[in-house]
Amino acid sequence: MEKEKVLEVKNLQKFFKLGRNNTVKAVDDISFDINKGETFGLVGESGCGKSTTGRTIIRLHEATGGQVIFNHENVHGKKSKQDLLKLNRKMQMIFQDPSSSLNPKMTVMDIVAEGIDIHKLAKNEKDRKQRVENLLETVGLNREHATRFPHEFSGGQRQRIGIARALAVEPEFIIADEPISALDVSIQAQVVNLLKRLQRDYGLTFLFIAHDLSMVKYISDRIGVMYFGNMVELAESDELYKNPLHPYTKSLLSAIPLPDPDYERNRRRVAYDPAEHDTNEEPEFREVKPGHWVRCTTKEFEEYKKELKTK
Amino acid sequence: MNHMWKFSVRRMLIIIPQLLLLSLLVFLMAQAMPGDALTGQINPDLDPQEMQEQREELGLNDPWHIKYADWITSAVRGDLGQSFQFKMPASELIWNRMVNSFWLGVATLIITYLLAIPLGITSGRFNDSLLDSSITGYTYIGFATPIFIFALVMLWIFGYQLGWFPTSGSVAPGSDPGTFEYIVSKINHLLLPAISLGLITTVNTVQYLRSEIIDTKQKDFIITARAKGASESRVYNRHIFRNSLLPIAAFFGFEITGLIGGTVFVERIFGYPGMGDLFIQSVLLRDYTVVTSVVLLFGLASILGALISDIILSLVDPRIRIK
Repeated sequence: MEKEKVLEVKNLQKFFKLGRNNTVKAVDDISFDINKGETFGLVGESGCGKSTTGRTIIRLHEATGGQVIFNHENVHGKKSKQDLLKLNRKMQMIFQDPSSSLNPKMTVMDIVAEGIDIHKLAKNEKDRKQRVENLLETVGLNREHATRFPHEFSGGQRQRIGIARALAVEPEFIIADEPISALDVSIQAQVVNLLKRLQRDYGLTFLFIAHDLSMVKYISDRIGVMYFGNMVELAESDELYKNPLHPYTKSLLSAIPLPDPDYERNRRRVAYDPAEHDTNEEPEFREVKPGHWVRCTTKEFEEYKKELKTK
Repeated sequence: MNHMWKFSVRRMLIIIPQLLLLSLLVFLMAQAMPGDALTGQINPDLDPQEMQEQREELGLNDPWHIKYADWITSAVRGDLGQSFQFKMPASELIWNRMVNSFWLGVATLIITYLLAIPLGITSGRFNDSLLDSSITGYTYIGFATPIFIFALVMLWIFGYQLGWFPTSGSVAPGSDPGTFEYIVSKINHLLLPAISLGLITTVNTVQYLRSEIIDTKQKDFIITARAKGASESRVYNRHIFRNSLLPIAAFFGFEITGLIGGTVFVERIFGYPGMGDLFIQSVLLRDYTVVTSVVLLFGLASILGALISDIILSLVDPRIRIK
């Protein structure tokens, strides 16, 4: 079955200029596609460019190079205000820190309804109120919560407000930028299950950015591993966990703790050393097996293919 | 809203001990000054024995806490004692001056905010631009300029050289209170001292507003607003300004306190008959009752200013109320 692509990221680059001779290559030439209705997980260590990728896709940052194509339309490049607004409605973002990403001086009603106001979705005041209350109930809050301020909620509840806020404009694609990292572990599962339910009910497509690998595996259909602004490996979740090829992915997987003392006693952490690659050849992103991509040199490419066959 | 009332009432109750402490300090300072109410008023040829009796009769030999109780009870009733120099009740003397100072304060505050809000917003929104650098440059000059020098320069340029404003007094002599000319003349006399003081006091607020806006600009919820699709003007008007202007509003009360220091110099330089002018005059004339009364009123104004600030702050920031 041919899958419909919602988002295509082609050779995306985002550099930040810090000074005359100092540029940070936060995202350096990454490409991936996201299919309709799937959850694409993006993992990597802090500062590897995951969030920048997310924000550049939704055009909170201007891309330095490359293309982001959403529903056959280029997100970057010159656009009229109307086009931008339309794109913005289809793509929404959920942020990491639920306490700072909500305006402290606005009531939950106004926070959730702002998107509705901007995109003029409500017919009248009553419809606006009705929509907000429905959204709050959808994410598991009460309609009475609408008149309160963000500081009156717990972290998990605030994140639910953040989700209701993103849903308010009826988006097709949601970028969740570490939506659960700031939450208590017991709340994380609730929020992830809420996201899964919303995906099923509304046919949403997710880009799920995180660093918690076990959570990412649980929610994602496919996973991309980022390292220093590059995508180093991309595969379906099961495939990635079963047959990690890139040494960085192996290192990441070896770091997952399990609540099992016997396993933990014998767990061997694999440290990743970028120096083990052959620096004479610029590595490229290659498809080792259908759907399984690794950033490697030609020599490594052959080794990885062999490694997969022997398994 | 319930929290709000609780907080306000509790906050207002705090000013009672504050006032008591203030009055006690003012009284003790007055006591420490040499001489008493009789020193200047009595014929020096009078028999010291008789003077002593007179002192006893007037209660001047009483222990300090009894004297304090007498003084504070009459002060609460509005009787601040007699001015030695003007031979009239201090409260009467102060009242007219207080009205003048009040209007000067109001005019100064209006000018302060009229300047601070547009300057602070521009400077914060376009930070590190040439415009911002010029505004920040002005604020640094403002910080560095002593008000008494600046007021003199303003008086010299606009009062004497250009002749745009009257150089002293609070109203042109001979105008009848209540007429239109009287009001115009009042405003005319008020303007130059208020502008001079406003130009200097505003720099605080400009810088505060600027940093407040730059701070809010980087908050996560601003990114959220942009992600919602909010236009640049909506982001500024609904999210950034609202969040940055409110803390400024809270400093309104402290601004009042700050003004008192400024008016003392400015009123003196412009010969404007206000409390500050009266204060310096009475210090020079050793008019102790007036000095203590004025200090007491200045202290009272500061306490009320802080009270106003705290109440606005609690209105503005719901998180403060809970404690």
